Amino acid sequence: MKSTAKKLPPVSEISVLILALVVAGGVYLAAHLPKHTSLVPTTVTVVIAGALVLVNLFMLSRIANFAWDTFFLVAKWTLLAYAIFAGALEYIFIKDGTRGSLLVLMSATIVIFAINLPIHFGFTVARYVED
Amino acid sequence: MAHDVAAPPSGPGADFKIVPTKALPAVAIVYIGLIVAVASNRLWALDFFHVVGGACWTAIDLFLGFIIGPIIGRMSIPARVEFSKRFMPKMVLLMPTLVIATLAGGWQLARHEGFILSSDKHHGWVVGSMIVVGVMAVIALGFLEPANIAVLFELKKERPNGEVIAKLMKRFLYTAGLTGAMQVATLIIMTRIATL
Repeated sequence: MKSTAKKLPPVSEISVLILALVVAGGVYLAAHLPKHTSLVPTTVTVVIAGALVLVNLFMLSRIANFAWDTFFLVAKWTLLAYAIFAGALEYIFIKDGTRGSLLVLMSATIVIFAINLPIHFGFTVARYVED
Repeated sequence: MAHDVAAPPSGPGADFKIVPTKALPAVAIVYIGLIVAVASNRLWALDFFHVVGGACWTAIDLFLGFIIGPIIGRMSIPARVEFSKRFMPKMVLLMPTLVIATLAGGWQLARHEGFILSSDKHHGWVVGSMIVVGVMAVIALGFLEPANIAVLFELKKERPNGEVIAKLMKRFLYTAGLTGAMQVATLIIMTRIATL
């Protein structure tokens, strides 16, 4: 029995790693509120996660004969859904009085979260589509 | 198991919608209610969204992980396909809605009651719940939800691949069981917070 899944770069695995980094950074910050805690750990996780998103985009751009129609169909609706989700989170942070570098860091975390999931969902679905 | 995997699903799965659009107004009502609750910062409204959303989320995860999951796992592929075509589109809208209502309501509730302050006696348990939810989020968004959507796309094909469906359903059921088990930790933490 031959699998229909193609040999593809580890986009899904990296997406899960990005998700874990974003969640870990967010939990670290939330656990220390409202104290002024070091932003370094979350900054590190956000920078690594952002770099990994770029790596994923690069690897995606190198794939030949991929089901791009399916990828973009899933990715655009996932982006819409999680943009609403991210918008709700951003609203809560602003309403709660989060400002300055903390808000920038939280916003960057949310943006990476909202960009990563469409890539992950689109790739996971499109990889099983026959050419 | 091999004959199960090889068995063709029962006909083309084009007679269902991946996203049940008729349910979107209900989702919109929940989101609007949640925004009003957060904006007004009323204790009852925040408690309502957190408790009702959390109770539904936890119950569905436990029921799916420990009751429905093992039953589906013993079904033939055609039976799984029939079940999935009706069940999984509902999960696409239901679970994210319950999760956002629970988490947004819970965060604002904890803030309202001062539980997120590191000096508060509930703080350790609240951080514990954040960690549990974080791990569940990685499992749900990293494995469960993409598998759910991929299965639905496979079922939409003219000739769905039984092997792909079996593989993705196995992933869906294992991760559902895992999040179900983690919900037990959530129950312990939440009842502890409520009684401290």
